[in-house]
Amino acid sequence: MTTVLFSYFAGVIVLMAVLVVASRKPVNSALSLLVMFFHVAGLFVLLNAEFIAAVQIIVYAGAILVLYLFVVMLLNLRAEESYHKQYLVGLVVGLAILIEAVLILSRSGFADRALPAAAPAPDVLSGNTEGIGRALYTTYLFPFEVASLILLVAMIGAIILAKKGMFGKEEKRSLR
Amino acid sequence: MVPLSYYVILSTMVFVIGVIGVLIRRNIIVILLSIELMLNAANINFVAFSHYLQNINGQVFVFFVLTVAAAEVVVGLAIIIALYRGKATVHIENINLMKG
Repeated sequence: MTTVLFSYFAGVIVLMAVLVVASRKPVNSALSLLVMFFHVAGLFVLLNAEFIAAVQIIVYAGAILVLYLFVVMLLNLRAEESYHKQYLVGLVVGLAILIEAVLILSRSGFADRALPAAAPAPDVLSGNTEGIGRALYTTYLFPFEVASLILLVAMIGAIILAKKGMFGKEEKRSLR
Repeated sequence: MVPLSYYVILSTMVFVIGVIGVLIRRNIIVILLSIELMLNAANINFVAFSHYLQNINGQVFVFFVLTVAAAEVVVGLAIIIALYRGKATVHIENINLMKG
């Protein structure tokens, strides 16, 4: 059962990832990414990470993707006629990284070594959300506070960058 | 039970597709979407290892990746909007101010 679900999720994820890169219209790319996020969330449920799955849907599909779609529709973009001139270089680089990763995986030998896939120990993972909360507020308290600072800086930066007339008229001229 | 290596292979494939997307697309918004693909590949790896090693810390890191991704998207899209106001294009071939 798990294997069937995994193959379904993995197949859709790879297909949608290819569609994100390949489709000509930016709206289609964003919607393919939306479908991919939902299937990644399914994969997380399969891995007993319910909290992360919910966050994936709420934050990624609910907030980030909506922001993307908003900007795509705001800018009123045309479909792309062709890929970048350097698409051959891109394909070669991608192939090289893929071969490297496969080599590393096959040399490391952890693929053969079956890791214990037992049911979660009750004291370690008693309630996924509870475990994450405990780790977040004890071991990772400082990074958690830094993350909130990052969000604040991003918020201020976005407002300042997107504000109209932030850069003077002369500067706007010189951009053209 | 699905072996861990399947998850690693899946995330490698998604990551490579993201790299190719960054390199071959001309629309800067789609390039940002490809970066999201790569971040998601990393997240799949984190959660898979967290499950197989029975260690919750991997999922905490996914949380931080999400935070950074959200910040990156917000700033990136704001830059794109500012750029579009100035040059009325999002194609990276037309954005060559620094080439001189």
